Amino acid sequence: MNTLLPSRFGRYGGQYVPETLIPPLRELEAAFAAAQDDPAFRQELDALLATYVGRPTPLTHAARLSAHCGGARIYLKREDLAHSGAHKINNALGQALLAKRMGKRRVIAETGAGQHGVATATACALLGLDCVVYMGAVDMQRQAPNVQRMRLLGAEVRAVESGTQTLKDAINEAIRDWVTHVADTYYLLGSALGPHPYPTMVRAFQAVIGREARAQILRQAGRLPDLAVACVGGGSNAIGLFHAFLADESVRLLGVEAGGLGIPSGRHAARFGDPQRARPGVLHGCYTWVLQDADGQIAATHSISAGLDYAAVGPEHALLRETGRAAYTHVTDAEALEAFTLLSRLEGILPALESAHAVAEACKQAAALPPEAVVLVNLSGRGDKDLDTVLHALGKETPA
Amino acid sequence: MSVSSAFGKGRPALMPYFTLGYPDDETSLDVVAACAAAGADALELGIPFSDPLADGPTIQHSTQVALQHGMTTRRCLDAVAELRRRGVRVPLVLMGYLNPILAYGLDAFVADAARAGADGFIVPDLPPDEAGEMQAACRHHGLDLVFLLAPNSPPDRMRPVTEQSRGFVYLVSVTGVTGARERLPAHLEAFVRRVRAVTDKPLAVGFGISTPQQAAAVGRLADGVIVGSALIRAVEGSPRPAEAAAAFVQSMKTGMKASPPPSSPPEVPGKNAARQTDAPAAPK
Repeated sequence: MNTLLPSRFGRYGGQYVPETLIPPLRELEAAFAAAQDDPAFRQELDALLATYVGRPTPLTHAARLSAHCGGARIYLKREDLAHSGAHKINNALGQALLAKRMGKRRVIAETGAGQHGVATATACALLGLDCVVYMGAVDMQRQAPNVQRMRLLGAEVRAVESGTQTLKDAINEAIRDWVTHVADTYYLLGSALGPHPYPTMVRAFQAVIGREARAQILRQAGRLPDLAVACVGGGSNAIGLFHAFLADESVRLLGVEAGGLGIPSGRHAARFGDPQRARPGVLHGCYTWVLQDADGQIAATHSISAGLDYAAVGPEHALLRETGRAAYTHVTDAEALEAFTLLSRLEGILPALESAHAVAEACKQAAALPPEAVVLVNLSGRGDKDLDTVLHALGKETPA
Repeated sequence: MSVSSAFGKGRPALMPYFTLGYPDDETSLDVVAACAAAGADALELGIPFSDPLADGPTIQHSTQVALQHGMTTRRCLDAVAELRRRGVRVPLVLMGYLNPILAYGLDAFVADAARAGADGFIVPDLPPDEAGEMQAACRHHGLDLVFLLAPNSPPDRMRPVTEQSRGFVYLVSVTGVTGARERLPAHLEAFVRRVRAVTDKPLAVGFGISTPQQAAAVGRLADGVIVGSALIRAVEGSPRPAEAAAAFVQSMKTGMKASPPPSSPPEVPGKNAARQTDAPAAPK
């Protein structure tokens, strides 16, 4: 009962799912492996990425931000400029094409911030597939514009009222839907997590970020970055960026988790940052680092950014941390907000609150580096969806 | 004892599921004990988990209530010991998701469960492909680890899964989550036959069975009938939960008795559960 592709990253990953999901996961794995080896599939996806998504996304030298932070030059990989506003479209389009190739007419997805839901709804509209998106009721409130966008794109958005009513519960519901409609339904998982083959497949579709960024920074900065920074919820934008640099030993890789209200508060989503509650376990089909209580119940998480508000981290990040190839840190809600304001004012870019975590950490890191150093930040999404949250948090209509 | 001792009594076994700690510790013990007294052949005891992704709304709700009242894995094992103290003799199978078991410590969990008097485990998010460590612990402590098959399980999985499953093989009647359904799936008989063709082990069918008529129909096909959500619903809101549970079990048993016992059709090998080939469990 071996898998076709490796199902683990070191000791992490695997397929911890009910028996009913084993056959569709095998089917998915076989279809993905065949698609990867099929030049026609690759060609169709590349053409859509170029003519529909707007790839390659640019690399922007954030000169004023760099000057403000002091020290290294900061470059932004502009995934916020990808169609539908975030890197999520890279994966959604790749998987939707795969769904079509597999003859599945119905696509389901979970979403936290709504970016993956919007990307999936977008891809389904483009390819003529039915789309149902599960979203926690709490997330629907704080990301209301994305709910409207998904509906305008023709997707059905189903509110998830169980548990903490956030991303983890949306994934539970999507899995329950999949188990029930396994014959005709494709589950388009949005991050590099869940059971094999999702972490491998999502990385494959997101690796375009790092491939482009590596070539661009060599061209624009004339050298490899000293440091590559990305926010980590499930970790798909980070793994997409990191992958191209894994063999470049001089490039430090740094993932940024949601520090929420601070680790001591217990209200955060730092799966690597909480010595009391973070340890390896199984959530959503995958062995990885999970925030949980002493009894193994999954912890309620908190982040100002819904996209980072998840109790488990993608299994490949767990391995990269264990081997020391990547390091992980966290920044708080307040620091992310500050970075949001900073980037808006200094560069004319409203970042997604998720991406603002990476910007905040990059600024701190840049300050400690010499001027010739280069810091590459994945600006994974744009911040329009977060206006309500940001304005509310700043406590005024327009930031002073 | 081996969980397989629930079978082979010349009639299909009835195996109710109930969530430990629902609606509170004491009541759940009373309900389980009442089910045993009313003639349940084995009991599945649910260990609450915050994210039960194979369960429908009824069991989800019961586990949430149990957790709100502070139910823990440790207390579930205490509940097993208490049930044995109260004289419950039928096989007790703990059913829970993997993460709380890992948090407890896999080997310690199996050892403590054995000490408490449990006979086996069903772990819905642990397919045999990932179960090596738990299988080793179960072998060491003489407990059964039950695996599941689903209607969409391909032929090349049926043999390895049934070979590795101990005690019985749990057949999920439908592709879906747990929960009462109005009618049984049409393909159930064919599914049971496909599994029967590859194993002599007892086959128990669960998911979606809620009425005595359905239990009777399943009892004609398989060696055991598992009911969970329907029992929880029967107990829910009753002023006397234990009596309601006993009445539910009795109605199921009466329904299953009313239907003629299955005469083993010759083309279906292994119907007689006494022929199942599980090695007896090590004495505890």
